[in-house]
Amino acid sequence: MRRLLNQHPNRAGGVLLAALPFLLIVALYLTYSHARLAANPGDKLLPSPATIATTMHEYIFEEDERSGDYLLWTDTVASLERLLFALGISAAVGLVLGLALGVVPYLRAGLAPFVAALSLIPPLAILPILFIVVGLGEAAKITLIIIGITPIIVRDLALRTAELPAEQLIKAQTLGASTWQIVLRVVLPQMWPRLIDAMRMTLGAAWLYLIAAEAIASTEGLGYRIFLVRRYLAMDVILPYVVWITVLAFTMDWLLRTLRSKAFGWANSGV
Amino acid sequence: MTQVTVKRLWKTFGAQIVLENVNLHVGDHEFVTIVGASGCGKTTFLRMLLGVEAPSKGDFLIDGEPLPAEPGPDRGIVFQRYSLFPHLTVLDNLMLGPELGAAPLLARLFGARRRRVLDKAHALLEAVGLRGAAKKYPRELSGGMQQRLSIAQSVICEPKILLLDEPFGALDPGITADMHTLILDLWNQHKMTIFMVTHDVQESFELGTRLLVFDKVRRDPQAPEAFGATITYDIPLKGRRRGDGRPGAIAV
Repeated sequence: MRRLLNQHPNRAGGVLLAALPFLLIVALYLTYSHARLAANPGDKLLPSPATIATTMHEYIFEEDERSGDYLLWTDTVASLERLLFALGISAAVGLVLGLALGVVPYLRAGLAPFVAALSLIPPLAILPILFIVVGLGEAAKITLIIIGITPIIVRDLALRTAELPAEQLIKAQTLGASTWQIVLRVVLPQMWPRLIDAMRMTLGAAWLYLIAAEAIASTEGLGYRIFLVRRYLAMDVILPYVVWITVLAFTMDWLLRTLRSKAFGWANSGV
Repeated sequence: MTQVTVKRLWKTFGAQIVLENVNLHVGDHEFVTIVGASGCGKTTFLRMLLGVEAPSKGDFLIDGEPLPAEPGPDRGIVFQRYSLFPHLTVLDNLMLGPELGAAPLLARLFGARRRRVLDKAHALLEAVGLRGAAKKYPRELSGGMQQRLSIAQSVICEPKILLLDEPFGALDPGITADMHTLILDLWNQHKMTIFMVTHDVQESFELGTRLLVFDKVRRDPQAPEAFGATITYDIPLKGRRRGDGRPGAIAV
């Protein structure tokens, strides 16, 4: 008998093992849902799959009576627009500032403690300030996400830049590189995959801030919807929405991961 | 013609004296090998020559001018490792120096200027035995190939002085002989002055035209930091005349 740490599942076994927790939770849900509905057909807490399917059919394929929107799609587009806009700005600011802090000692001395302090402010605590200053519109929600994740990206990239071997930077200087040229040809190309890592790492936080902002002040969006229907205990909406948000988040993570390995082959571990 | 002059040079870190009263004159096209025990300041000496450490006292002159306080294209360096750019292919690694020098803003060349550099780079790749590896990334190369590339990368910029910091220390003994041939060929070809720090005494005799030994002349067992090292032996190596034709001499 080999040691446990030397035993690996084969491919099919691996897929099965990965699916097992998911299947388990579905089975658990079905069991309890069935039991509760048998006791009280009006129970709203664990709706049956049929109820969920009917509701979602309405949300996906039928126009809403009041607004005329296909609700799931309207909500998805609204949320993704906010999220991607905020992620784009955060990545751009994070990359520029992170590189600058990592490369230029004077900027690091002047700004690193400030960024560190900034990153410790709980973003949700300044949400009221944002609502007061920039109003309840899109700007407040996008700003909240940016404030929440940009300092993390900046600090991460500054650290990764500082981690580049000193030998590399010295070598570049002996090849005649100026500071600008070192940033352009040595540091920046090596930071692209790091930026993707940083974005993957902050994706969860970005969704958190998005949903928080939407819950408080919005008229559409995935977060808005689940907090709206909470009043009616509409678990048949909330549960599929949560699954849908998870799927979206997972897809974004997968896209970023794929981009990293396809576009930056040199950074992949192993030959 | 490159002249390196060191006069009454001291280097201290706080209370610790690393180098004391170093005097040296190195003429053009010498191959200076530097040996000494660990912590005897030979790497510090090289780092001063590189421009990343400043002398505490005394003069460090190249062609009569004080050494610039930062690394520059007149002094190339090959470290034991980490001096290649992992995101660039072998060819791009080699072309980086000329591109940096010719294009201050974009650090990239296009068209006819790029082709000229490309020809030069291909010729040098051939000379250092990396022709087939042009499109590979550094991590796909063996240690010896990585060091060949790192040397070529410096040589293509035609530095007056080439600094080698234990460049072959991490390589298999079987490979070092090839590397010695390579470095001597390039040294003869490009007529630069080489300073090489090494742990390997045999290597230092084999390669150098001049051997420097760094050691402490005075010791205080109670306070080892109280005295610094200096050049205790400065041995001209007659066996290695300048420009002698080694077998396998290469043309670039």
